[in-house]
Amino acid sequence: MKVLMFGWEFPPHISGGLGTASFGLTRGLSTIPDLDVIFVVPRAYGDEDQSKMRLIGAGDITLDTKHMRFSKLLGSISYIEVSSNLVPYHSPEEYESLVNKAENKKKKLIHTTMGGKLVFSGGYGKNLYEEIANYALVAQQIADENEHDVIHAHDWLTYPAGMAAKGISGKPLVIHVHATDFDRSGGKVNPGVFEIEKKGMEAADKVIAVSNLTRNTIIEKYGIAPEKVTTVYNAVEPLGDQEKIALRRGIDDKVVTFLGRVTLQKGPEYFVQAAEKVLRKMENVRFVMAGSGELLERMISWAASLGIADKFHFTGFLKGDDVFRMFSISDVYVMPSVSEPFGISPLEAMQSNVPTIISNQSGVAEILKYAIKTDFWDVDAMADAIYGLLNYPSLSEVFKKYGKEEVDNMKWENSAKKVFSLYKDAVLT
Amino acid sequence: MRTICLYFQVHQPFRFRTYRFFDIGNDHYYYDDYTNESILRKVAEKSYLPANRLLLEMISRHKGKFKIAFSVSGIAIEQFKLYAPDVLDSFRALAETGQVEFLAETYAHSLASMKDSDEFTKQVMDHKALVKEHFGLEPNVFRNTELIYSDEIGAAVYKMGFRTMLTEGAKHVLGWKSPNYLYCNAIEPRLKVLLKNFKLSDDIAFRFSNKSWSDYPLTAEKFADWLKALPAAEETVNLFMDYETFGEHQWAETGIFEFLKALPEAVFKKTKYTFSTPSEVAKNLQVVSAVHVPNPISWADEERDLSAWLGNEMQKEAFNKLYELKDRVYESNDRELLLDFKYLQVSDHFYYMSTKFFSDGEVHSYFNPYSTPYEAFINYMNVLSDFKIRVDAAVPSGKDGEISRLSKIIREKDETIAKYDKEIQRLKKSASHAKATAGRPRKGPVKTAATMTATAPAGTKANTTTKTTSRTTAKHPAKTTSKSSGKKTGTGRSKK
Repeated sequence: MKVLMFGWEFPPHISGGLGTASFGLTRGLSTIPDLDVIFVVPRAYGDEDQSKMRLIGAGDITLDTKHMRFSKLLGSISYIEVSSNLVPYHSPEEYESLVNKAENKKKKLIHTTMGGKLVFSGGYGKNLYEEIANYALVAQQIADENEHDVIHAHDWLTYPAGMAAKGISGKPLVIHVHATDFDRSGGKVNPGVFEIEKKGMEAADKVIAVSNLTRNTIIEKYGIAPEKVTTVYNAVEPLGDQEKIALRRGIDDKVVTFLGRVTLQKGPEYFVQAAEKVLRKMENVRFVMAGSGELLERMISWAASLGIADKFHFTGFLKGDDVFRMFSISDVYVMPSVSEPFGISPLEAMQSNVPTIISNQSGVAEILKYAIKTDFWDVDAMADAIYGLLNYPSLSEVFKKYGKEEVDNMKWENSAKKVFSLYKDAVLT
Repeated sequence: MRTICLYFQVHQPFRFRTYRFFDIGNDHYYYDDYTNESILRKVAEKSYLPANRLLLEMISRHKGKFKIAFSVSGIAIEQFKLYAPDVLDSFRALAETGQVEFLAETYAHSLASMKDSDEFTKQVMDHKALVKEHFGLEPNVFRNTELIYSDEIGAAVYKMGFRTMLTEGAKHVLGWKSPNYLYCNAIEPRLKVLLKNFKLSDDIAFRFSNKSWSDYPLTAEKFADWLKALPAAEETVNLFMDYETFGEHQWAETGIFEFLKALPEAVFKKTKYTFSTPSEVAKNLQVVSAVHVPNPISWADEERDLSAWLGNEMQKEAFNKLYELKDRVYESNDRELLLDFKYLQVSDHFYYMSTKFFSDGEVHSYFNPYSTPYEAFINYMNVLSDFKIRVDAAVPSGKDGEISRLSKIIREKDETIAKYDKEIQRLKKSASHAKATAGRPRKGPVKTAATMTATAPAGTKANTTTKTTSRTTAKHPAKTTSKSSGKKTGTGRSKK
C-alpha cells in the first residue's frame, strides 16, 4: 500500500508539536511491512536547502525526492520538499507581515527564485490562501506522477492539497486533525480557516482526531458525521541516551516549568497566578516560563507587578536540546492549556522524569494516569498540586516511577497500526 | 448442627473538605460537613433505616430463630449522633431484641493494627465502651477494620480479652480448606477465628444485581439450595458484608430487601440451617484446625491484602507521617488534637489514595470525594501539615522539645512549690490560731511544712519563688521563714 502524505514540516525544521507528531507517525508507519509513505512538505522560505528544489513551470515541476532510511526500522519513506513560505501556527495576518519582512531583507533572492521561474500559479502570492492554493496545485502534479492508494493530509494548510490530490487520483482521503481553529484562536475563529477546515473534513473519507476532545469539536462545531471520525492518540519518540544532557543546577531552589508558546491557547496567565499563590507560602521555589508568543510581554510585566519577578524567570523560545536541559532541572512541569487538542510536551517532560500537571482541557488528559489534572481556570487546584508535588516527596516519586513507564509504553507503532487499519477501511469502502 | 452467621459492617468516614495548601496554618477545620451530612442522610434513608426496620420485623416474626451481628464503627456512631439519631434509635431497638450481637472494632475504623499496638488497643477499648454506652451490650467478639487479620494481630486481640475474631476466608490462605468451619489462631489457639465465605457473601454483596452474572437473578430459594448443596460436614456459612449492600450498593429496586426478607423463610423451609451470632458459632462449634496467616489479609479486592490502603508510596508516606505524631498528640492531652488525630486515622483516607483503582475501579470510586488518588493524597497531606503545625505548637519536637520539656518540669515544680507554700500558710494560720486560742505553740504543723518545702527541688527559680512567697506571705514567725528559704544551709536539719 502506498500513502501520499501531505505534511507541513519535517525534522530537523520543527516549529511545534505538529511536526513532531507527523514525523513520529511516519516513523511508526514505516515499521508496517508493505506500506510506503511519500511525504510531501512545503518548506519554509529561507531554508538553506532551497537550491535543491527546482521548479520549472506549471505542469512540469521537478521536485527533489529524498529517501530517508530509519535505522532499526523496516521500511523507508520518500520525502518530497515543496518550496513554500508556509509556516504553521501563523494566522494569515501574521503570515503577511512575515513575507514582507523577508522581502525587505532578501528581495533579490525572492525575485530570482520566485518571481522569475515560478510559473505554476503566476508567482508566489503574499496571501496565505493563495499560497495554500499553490501548494494544492503542486499536490495535483505530485498525485498525478506518484502512484498511491491513500492520501493523508495533516491539518488545515494541507487539506486543499489533499483534496486536490483526491480530485486527480480519486483515491480515498484521510484528514488528520491535530488542531482546529477553535483551539488556536481561543474562540475567535477565523472564518476563512474554518471554511478550509470544514471543506477538508467534508471531502475526507476518514477523519482522524488526536483526542476525543478534538473529535467532539469536529462533530459538534464542523458538523461531521461521528462514524467518520476516529480518535488515534499521539505517542512520543523514545528518548535516546545521547539526548540526556543534564544541566547542573545552579540553585538549590525547586523549579516549576511552563514550556510552550506564550499565547492564549496555552493559558500562561493561569501559570502566573498559580505561581503567585505558591510563592506566598513557599520560599525555596522558582518558576520558569519557557517560550515566546504574543502574551509574553504582558506576562513579564504582570509578574513584575505582582512582585514575584525575582522568583519568576523567562527564557524565551527553547528548542532542541535546550528543551531537555530545561526538563532536567525541573521539578514540576505545568501545562495549563485552555484548549489543547493533544499536547505532546507533557509526555516529553514525563520521559525526563518530571512530574506533570496538565489541564483537563487537553487531549492528553484522556490517556494519562500518572499526571495531575486540573481545570485550567482552577488556579487554586493547580497551585495546590504544585505545592503538593514540591512538598510531599512520595507524590513525585510515584510520578517519576510510574509516569516514565506509562509514557514509554506509548509507542508510535501502536498509533500507526490504528492509522493503517483506517487506511484499509478507506481503501475497501 | 449447620448454621448461618450473618454479619454486617456499618461505617461512614468523616470526609475532608477541599483543603488547599494556603489553608495550612490558617484554618484548622478539616471536614466537609455538608457532604458528610448529605451522604449519611442519603445512606440512612436508602439503607440503614429501611434495613433496620426490616430486620426488626424479621426478628420478631421468626421468634428467636433469626439472628444477626453488626459492627458499627465509632466514627459512624458519632455521625449518627450528629446527623441521624433516628438510625441510632433503630440500632438500639435491634439491640434490645436480644437477637443481635454487636462486635468490637477500632473506634476510627483505622489501620492502627498495622502500626501501633498501643493505639490499636486504645481504639478497641474506646469502641467497646462506646458500643456499651449506646447499645447497652458488651462486645466480646472482635472484627478488625476491613477484616484485616494476621496471626500476630489475632494474638494481640486475644490479649485484649477477646476470644473470637472474624476475618476473610482468603483463598490464598485457606488453599484447599473450606471457610465453613471454626478455626483458631496459629499463635494463640484459644482465639477462635470465623472465616468469611467470600463466594456466597459476594454473591449477595457484589453480584446480586449484575445482569451479566450467570446466576442472575438470585432468589432466596436459589440461595437456600446452594446452602443445602454444601458438603454435609460443613458447619457454618459466614456471610459477612457491608450493611450498605442493602439499599445502597444494591438499590431497593433490585429486590435486595425482598431477598433478605425471604432468606430465613427459604432456609427454614428447604434446609436444616439455623441462624447464629458469631459468639454462638464460637461457643457451639468445635475448632477443626489452626489457620496460618503470616502476612496480613483483608476482605478487599481480588488480592485480599492491604494494598488498597498501604500499597503505594503516597499511602505509606501519609500513614507513617501521621503515626510519627502520635506520642506528641497524646502528650499534648489536647481534646481537639486527640479528636482530629482519630479522624485522620480513618482508613478511608488511605483508600482514596489507592492507585489500584485504575484496574479495580468501581468499588474504589464509591462515595470517593476525589477524582484521582493524587488529589486525595495532596488534600490529606495539606491537612496533616496543618495538624502537625498544631502538634508542634502544643508539644515541640527535637531541640525545642527538650527545652520545652525542661521548662515544663520547672513550671510544674514551681506549681508544686506554690501549692506547698499555700499549705504552709494555711498551717501557720491554724497554728497561730491554735496558739492564740490554746495559748501554747504547736510544733507539728510547722515542722511538716518545713519538710514539705524541703522536698521541693532545688533550683534558682524555685528558690526565688519560695523566697518571695515566703517573705510576702509569711508574717510570722520569723523562724519559719528563714528555715524554709534557707535550703542551702541544709535541709536535713529542718527535718529533725
